[in-house]
Amino acid sequence: MSKWIDICAVTDLQADSGVCALVEGKQIAIFYMPKDNAIYAIDNYDPFGKVHVLSRGLIGDIKGEPMVASPLYKQRFSLKTGQCFEDESVKNDVYAIRIENNRVEVSLEG
Amino acid sequence: MSKKQTLVVIGNGMVGHNFLENLIASDIRHNYEIVTFCEEKRAAYDRVHLTEYFSGKTAEDLSMVTEGFFEDNNIKIHLGDKAVAIDKTHKFVTSAKGVEIRYDKLVLATGSYPFVPPVQGNDRENCFVYRTIEDLEALTAAAKDAKVGAVVGGGLLGLEAAKALKDLNLKTNVIQFSPRLMSAQLDAGGAQMLADKIEALDISVLPSKNTQKIVDGTECKHKMLFADGTELETDIILFSTGIRPRDEIARSSGIEVGSRGGIVIDDQCKTSDPDIYAIGECAVWNEQTYGLVAPGYQMARTVVADLEGQQASFTGADMSTKLKLNGVDVASIGDAHANSQGALVYTYQNGADEIYKRLVVSEDKSKLLGAVLVGDASGYGTLLQYYLNGIDLPEHPDSLILPSRSDESVGLGPDALPESAQICSCFDVTKGQICTAIENGCHTLPALKEATKAASGCGGCKALLKSVLDCELEKSGFEVNTDICEHFAYTRQDLYNLMMVGEVKTFDDFLSQHGSGRGCEVCRQAIGSMIASYWNEYILNQGQLSVQDTNDTFLANMQKDGTYSVVPRMTGGEVTPEGLIAIGQIAKKYNLYTKVTGGQRVDLFGARVDQLPLIWKELIDAGFESGHAYGKSLRTVKSCVGSTWCRYGVDDSVGLAVELENRYKGLRSPHKIKFAVSGCTRECAEAQGKDIGVIATEGGWNLYVCGNGGMKPRHADLFATDLDKETLIKYIDRVLIFYVRTADILQRTSVWMENMEGGLDYLKSVVIDDKLGLCSDLETHMQNVVDTYQCEWKTTIADENKLKRFRHFVNSDKTDENIVFVEERGQIRPANEDERQHFALVEEV
Ligand code: SRM
Ligand SMILES: Cc1cc2nc3c(=O)[nH]c(=O)nc-3n(C[C@H](O)[C@H](O)[C@H](O)COP(=O)(O)OP(=O)(O)OC[C@H]3O[C@@H](n4cnc5c(N)ncnc54)[C@H](O)[C@@H]3O)c2cc1C
Ligand code: SF4
Ligand code: FES
Repeated sequence: MSKWIDICAVTDLQADSGVCALVEGKQIAIFYMPKDNAIYAIDNYDPFGKVHVLSRGLIGDIKGEPMVASPLYKQRFSLKTGQCFEDESVKNDVYAIRIENNRVEVSLEG
Repeated sequence: MSKKQTLVVIGNGMVGHNFLENLIASDIRHNYEIVTFCEEKRAAYDRVHLTEYFSGKTAEDLSMVTEGFFEDNNIKIHLGDKAVAIDKTHKFVTSAKGVEIRYDKLVLATGSYPFVPPVQGNDRENCFVYRTIEDLEALTAAAKDAKVGAVVGGGLLGLEAAKALKDLNLKTNVIQFSPRLMSAQLDAGGAQMLADKIEALDISVLPSKNTQKIVDGTECKHKMLFADGTELETDIILFSTGIRPRDEIARSSGIEVGSRGGIVIDDQCKTSDPDIYAIGECAVWNEQTYGLVAPGYQMARTVVADLEGQQASFTGADMSTKLKLNGVDVASIGDAHANSQGALVYTYQNGADEIYKRLVVSEDKSKLLGAVLVGDASGYGTLLQYYLNGIDLPEHPDSLILPSRSDESVGLGPDALPESAQICSCFDVTKGQICTAIENGCHTLPALKEATKAASGCGGCKALLKSVLDCELEKSGFEVNTDICEHFAYTRQDLYNLMMVGEVKTFDDFLSQHGSGRGCEVCRQAIGSMIASYWNEYILNQGQLSVQDTNDTFLANMQKDGTYSVVPRMTGGEVTPEGLIAIGQIAKKYNLYTKVTGGQRVDLFGARVDQLPLIWKELIDAGFESGHAYGKSLRTVKSCVGSTWCRYGVDDSVGLAVELENRYKGLRSPHKIKFAVSGCTRECAEAQGKDIGVIATEGGWNLYVCGNGGMKPRHADLFATDLDKETLIKYIDRVLIFYVRTADILQRTSVWMENMEGGLDYLKSVVIDDKLGLCSDLETHMQNVVDTYQCEWKTTIADENKLKRFRHFVNSDKTDENIVFVEERGQIRPANEDERQHFALVEEV
């Protein structure tokens, strides 16, 4: 059973864009695509720029796979798996996330 | 200003027209009133591709005259009027219709006429020649009721004509006086192989036939009687027995002509009268005439250079050729007959595949002197390069004509050619010029043709041009696709038009109406910028927010450590002491690194995202506004101190810079835009290195456009001179909006202009002459942008909702503890990785 952690209200999210949450000391980028009714959580750390900025990247898809592009050097990461499209050896952690009663909840247990 | 001279060109054929184009493109175009006489009822067309008239090309398709060419360039053309007399003493030309013009310089470009042998009956009905569109029209009409056709003459042109008759469904014969076809270009072996191939096209070749008489036929219209007693019945006869220079007007006015005809010219293409030039097929140089376009074009360039006062000479031309017949590969290069002293010959003959190749090389086997290729001319481009550029042959020259049975390739790859290698001989285009055009964004054959003219003459160099293009593109890892990304199968300009026509205002509407998927960082940003530039609404509106680049979303430039820089606008680089003090105090309060930028203003670095609104509130209170350093938009208008203080200043450059910066600030564009204004020609503001540059003159302002510094610096081009301020601003409005509407994504003005068909002249015609009738629309668009300007930071800090975004965590007021600064030269800087680890350890302890 995963432990769901309450983060914020849905209205605190940015449609088609990202925010960053502090969850038990971890920085997690949260992206919300209301039209697809989709929400994703990925580690906010940009392994290329070595700073915590992914939540401020632009999102979209590559051949249907949802992704975020780093605001620094534009590497793109799958929002589903955390896999970097530019470098096979780089993969960010992704987390389970859901919307319950208009609240956003994250589980760190995967 | 001195009065213009008059320059008259007689003949508006391929070469005459090419001369006009070269003249117009040169610096001396304004020195002349230009007049041309064109005997034909239509202006210049492409004779080389005349035969394509049969495969559906219209006279319009063949025309060589770009729209508005004569009008726009003020050239007076007398269509359907033949020049009949030249009075060299008083310098007058008279035409058949009675026009009389005094000239200062005269250029004869009268071409040739088809020679028809003096055979009895050669003027009978349905006897034709093959030179003009009218000839082809007459031929087509006659072919309707004809069954059999005969072409007299088996040269390059005769064979082309024979194929055309065949395609008109005539039973076709080629009657050849000499024992072999294309006797000027081919040796006996090559000619025999060619004859076999022509026969295979169901065209009969009758060699060694001397036509003596043409009389009434019994089954067909005519009967041709030959010297050997044989005869041939035919309905149509087409003479293709060579051409003769049209030198009649030279002869009758006492200009020297050659012993075998043709107007005699020297190395500068001057005739015996120093104010009269002759170019193209009518000219004879060193006792030789040239029946191809490329030498004519060389002569045309020579004359323009000579008029410009440059050293230039015509010193003969290459006569290598390829036959333009579908299914028959024939080519001849240089000394095909091996007439050069000591020449050695290699021959390869393959009866089974009907291939014949012959190489003529120098005595020491190091250089190629000539070649003949029949049945497989794929090596033409390569061999021509060996020949024209004097490239050393491989150790075994025959490897160049022997079929390669292994995988090793003996061809000269485009990579192996020197930069100086001439790829297109018609227009004298080198590989270096082609590579430059490719670098400048010509990534398709049509774009390259347009930019360099290569392959737009005889077309013989097309394959080689394509391989240079492919090779260069491959080297730079390019994929040739103009879609902006996988979500939109359009160029930026397509999308801009869709937006204006369909009044699309949001990215989501774009996506649902014209795109697919969810978009990506490329299309979101491109469309965000377009929407902003056209509708000019507040950039952080919901619905637009998700399409702005990070820098735009937070209205600041992200730095390597995730912090931001803050750049307040300082129009024209002007700042009051109070302003400076305020900036200093704010920087001190928030502990920001402070630097004077290359754009004449102050940049404050190291602001955390949550500090941005606070800092901006204080800056706005002190009278500053956004400098748009984060946007693809107007950055700075640099100025020099100008006439207010400088002893050389001609006008108030700072004043104008401030005014221009205030007018265009906030304009969103395909890429950033920079201006500068200098107060005199000493140019301390470096205006000629900017997208828009203005320099004060005694007579007003000179406007320069499309320059930049950066990765590939380009000097701006002088666009208009001595403008008053009102006109200056009008022109800038128009140039900028035209750029905003038509440029590609992330294309600066320089590349935009260079890629534009017609380049600077075209831009001038749109902006100054209002060729597209767009100017008032462009001005209205700009005025709307100016009228709806808002300082984005001011709007942002006034809106609680917008401010929500400016915090690091959505669920906590903490800040990003990974941002760490250290001190250097009295100010902060981001800690490097080692330093950050060290600090992290210290904190944990
Ligand atoms: C701050 C500054 C350097 C400085 O300390 O002086 C600077 C800093 C940056 N420049 Fe610049 N450029 C600065 C003046 C220039 C100039 C000089 C000028 O404007 O007279 C040039 C050459 C002139 C020109 O643009 O034609 C210049 C040519 C570039 C280029 C190359 C553009 C090109 O077309 O090749 C880039 C890259 C780009 O834009 O794609 C660039 C990009 C950048 C970026 C945005 C790189 C980035 O993405 O982080 C830097 C961000 C700075 C920031 O966070 O504010 N910067 N940059 C200057 C800010 C001027 C200002 O007040 O706005
Ligand atoms: C079917 C065909 C195929 C060809 N294929 C090739 C090829 O593959 N490669 C190649 O290099 N070349 C080819 N050529 C040859 C090429 O077309 C000529 O070399 C070229 O047109 C020469 O240009 P020019 O301007 O000298 O002569 P033209 O193009 O003939 O122009 C001369 C013009 O001047 C006019 N004129 C003459 N006298 C007067 C006067 N007194 N007043 C006013 N106007 C006058 C004429 O009416 C004519 O319009 C081909 C020609 C033909 C017909
Ligand atoms: S030159 Fe390079 S390093 Fe220097 S500011 Fe410009 S972009 Fe940055
Ligand atoms: S060589 Fe004739 S078009 Fe290039």
